[in-house]
Amino acid sequence: MATMTIAKAINEGLRASLTKNPKSLLMGEDIGHLGGVYRVTDGLIKEFGDERVLDTPLAESGIVGTAIGLALRGYSPVCEIQFDGFVYPAFNQITTQLAKIHARSLGKLTVPVVIRIPYGGGIGSIEHHSESPEALFAHTAGLRIISPSNAHDAYWMIQKAIECQDPVIFFEPKRRYWLKGEVDVENAGLSADPFKAHVVREGTDATIVAYGPLVPVALAAANAASEDGRSVEVIDLRSISPLDFDTVEASVKKTGRLIVAHEAPTFGGIGGEIAARIGERAFLHLEAPVIRVGGFHMPYPVAKVEEDYLPDIDKILEALDRSLAY
Amino acid sequence: MGSTQLPPGTEETLAATTAAAAAPGEPVEMVQLLGPDGKLGSDPIFSDYAKRIDPEKLRVFYTDMARIRRFDQEATALQRQGELALWVPLTGQEAAQIGSGHASQPQDYIFPTYREHGVALVRNVDLAELLKQFRGVSNGGWDPRENNFHLYTLVLAAQTLHAVGYAMGIQRDQKLAAAEDSTDSKAAVIAYFGDGASSEGDVHESMVFAASYNAPVVFFCQNNHWAISVPTEVQTKVPLANRAKGYGFPGIRVDGNDVIAVHAVTEWALEHAREGRGPVLIEAYTYRVGAHTTADDPTKYRESAEEAAWREKDPLDRLEKYLRAEGLADEAFFDQVDADGDELAKYVRSTTHGLEVPDIREAFANVYAEQHPLIAEELAWFEEYSAGFESDEETAN
Ligand SMILES: Cc1ncc(C[n+]2csc(CCOP(=O)(O)OP(=O)(O)O)c2C)c(N)n1
Repeated sequence: MATMTIAKAINEGLRASLTKNPKSLLMGEDIGHLGGVYRVTDGLIKEFGDERVLDTPLAESGIVGTAIGLALRGYSPVCEIQFDGFVYPAFNQITTQLAKIHARSLGKLTVPVVIRIPYGGGIGSIEHHSESPEALFAHTAGLRIISPSNAHDAYWMIQKAIECQDPVIFFEPKRRYWLKGEVDVENAGLSADPFKAHVVREGTDATIVAYGPLVPVALAAANAASEDGRSVEVIDLRSISPLDFDTVEASVKKTGRLIVAHEAPTFGGIGGEIAARIGERAFLHLEAPVIRVGGFHMPYPVAKVEEDYLPDIDKILEALDRSLAY
Repeated sequence: MGSTQLPPGTEETLAATTAAAAAPGEPVEMVQLLGPDGKLGSDPIFSDYAKRIDPEKLRVFYTDMARIRRFDQEATALQRQGELALWVPLTGQEAAQIGSGHASQPQDYIFPTYREHGVALVRNVDLAELLKQFRGVSNGGWDPRENNFHLYTLVLAAQTLHAVGYAMGIQRDQKLAAAEDSTDSKAAVIAYFGDGASSEGDVHESMVFAASYNAPVVFFCQNNHWAISVPTEVQTKVPLANRAKGYGFPGIRVDGNDVIAVHAVTEWALEHAREGRGPVLIEAYTYRVGAHTTADDPTKYRESAEEAAWREKDPLDRLEKYLRAEGLADEAFFDQVDADGDELAKYVRSTTHGLEVPDIREAFANVYAEQHPLIAEELAWFEEYSAGFESDEETAN
């Protein structure tokens, strides 16, 4: 067991993949000598050289588009998009090409490209540096979307993403980059399957589902609720697409109440999908409607007011109260 | 010095006679060997490449151009008869495609747009397979790895980036092969796109990446003068070939209706790329004689005189004139070409009718490479739903 931050865990995971798979390579803006703006790729260019760790031209469509070509030639590229709000120039390549090539070729071609995106707010940054665009990608068939919330998952999930034959978008909770945790580098454990949700806290009165940056918030809310005698279960979704409804459903059948929390705007978001599915699958087990806690229908607000925008412990507890009031 | 290397000084000449010489907006020189009159001219650099083309090869060029034109007519007819949802004709662009296609070697990988039926023919793609997409039974149709000819791409310019990435992969493969002392032949990539597509950001980004990494890729732009109804002048203020200079690699405009010049220039460019000397942009100056697609009406946006003027430069006519004048092909040859065309048309017609409609389960099977619970769930629902109809039928019977 080693203790490390999430950023370091991803760095170590990338290192392990580059070592294991000579055809894996990293590409992105400033990821070489600088080690990425968050230093997630720190030191890797020294170890693996600039043929494996590419400081690319400043062009997101170019990064993803050439990664697709490399994948078609048998390579496993891992792209870094510098910030969430800058993935849109690559949106075309991701949604019309990357997601569809396997289907279009009737399974003859695979494009195992990983796209790493630091996402989410809470770091007091400026415009386009705090967004949560996961639903835009989740709506596109052919992509897999995962987001770790702790160091052990980060270390293993990135490696599993690189091994996966499907394209994977790997959303990194940037405000948790410095969150430390235990990493078992010998044993993946539950992280061996990055597409399954984990029950990270058991409870009987209600379930909170979260992923990425909001998992610690959901856990804190559950702890606060327990002081009021409420037993709250918390699920770390980990995978946004595919979405592990079985784990959520099993929990709801136990607790009867569900709250979904994410930073992305509530409207048209993943929370709505979970609510609808659970409504279909476990209607008779629900004691209350599924309640969503998320961002407002507005561009991500300026940093000085982001606290009012972001789901926090109080917003989750308020939702819990509403749920329990039914 | 092998044939893959240019004589000393020619690179400079090339740069001077092509992209570098022309200031923005100035007309660029155009490489032409076989004129509309069917007479063979000369070029300081590319005549040497043209000399490699023996009479047999010239007859193959002619046969392939005639075959693909005939195929084009047949596909257009099939669309008119409701057998195809859409057709994208290539008439007028045969020389650009057959000439460049024949310059490629089997190990080269080709990324087409959606009009490169002539290149597909040269790369041995079954033309009936090519029609699957237009009949609505597949989004592809052939296995791209069998002939190193990629699937068509309908999102303009997207494939130019894939081409560069693929070329970057070739570079890495070559290093690995060198380390293993392998004798793998060197390969390059060709990316086809149109003059309209040249305005897309992806073309620009692909050229930036290609130049940055010195990738073995040849950008082959067929300037057929129209992007649906919009003329090239709206896409660019400078000759497209001149743009290459801005990225730092050679750009050559070639007469796209001259199969000999296209072949020579493309062969040079591919050798340049394979030898590790970086990308090349070729602008094949040609014309889309017919409609953009069968859904288009060119009379709404262009003069018929323009079309007529380009018909005078027809790529097949000029090669026919040359072959006849030089006594390289006799009447029997041309009769045989016609007969082959009829055969091909018959084949395409009959196989099109026979193209199988896939089961939607095939689509479920290929969304992801690995097992996916949502696919499994939706497929299970679909099976149950479909089974309901079957049992209804049973009760009805
Ligand atoms: C990204 C994108 N935008 C618009 C279209 C619709 N469209 C299809 S063909 C075409 C014109 C393309 O012209 P050009 O690149 O010159 O190629 P050509 O069809 O003449 O061979 C347009 C606008 C498209 N396919 N893709």
